[in-house]
Amino acid sequence: MLLGPALTVSAILFTLGVVGVLLRRNAIVIFMCIELMLNAVNLAFVALSQQLGIDGQVFVFFVMTVAAAEAAVGLAIVIAVYRHRDTVNLQTINLLRG
Amino acid sequence: MVTVAFWLFSGVAILSALLCITRRSPVASALWLIATFFSIAGLFVLLDAHFLAAVQVLVYAGAIMVLFLFVIMLLNLGRPGPGDMKGATGRVIALVAGLLLVAELLILRTAVPPAQLRRTVSAVTELLRTQGPVKALAVPLFQGYLVPFEVASLMLLAAIVGAVVLAKRRV
Repeated sequence: MLLGPALTVSAILFTLGVVGVLLRRNAIVIFMCIELMLNAVNLAFVALSQQLGIDGQVFVFFVMTVAAAEAAVGLAIVIAVYRHRDTVNLQTINLLRG
Repeated sequence: MVTVAFWLFSGVAILSALLCITRRSPVASALWLIATFFSIAGLFVLLDAHFLAAVQVLVYAGAIMVLFLFVIMLLNLGRPGPGDMKGATGRVIALVAGLLLVAELLILRTAVPPAQLRRTVSAVTELLRTQGPVKALAVPLFQGYLVPFEVASLMLLAAIVGAVVLAKRRV
């Protein structure tokens, strides 16, 4: 009954996350937009689990685990880069460009 | 009643997500993102995922966002300064890409899941009613998904070690 509206909200939230990644230059804000995208996918999983069985909710559990690990490692990388460059602006960080 | 609550939570989630990606200060973005996560936890409750709603508030709104705010304040990024928005070209690209993506996702929404996967809505609500929200999730997690669960614990250990090594001052 709420499946269709929940998937619509999930699609809108995911798109907002993508637009945020495309719009911003601050590495930490981009990380937050990635978390927003993961949450939108979680919402779709939970909405579909009503119809397709409880496994969708188990998957959300794993997505949350991966998101926690990703946030910890990603923010550690941001801190390490900030030490070298004194900025988190992605336009001035081109460590991999050789 | 449920529908009104659903649209209320959805509206707050979308509005605060929009504010999150447009605010100039990273601290304001993080606070609006916390509001989004709370609204999504409310949506989880309405979609019969009570345990996940609690975990959402604890892990996302609690742990992960505190980590973000901690890093923002550690690097002293909260001070007002020039915005980090891209220029006019970047904005147009983001807008067009976003409109295309939302159109694609809304078309995808009309797809129907295969009939052999589908169960009646009452089956899951019945399971949640008889076993409770925690047991209904714990039984498949510790039986069918035991190996992925253990792999997830190993991944968390690797993430802890990696975060400490990366963020340490002298390696």
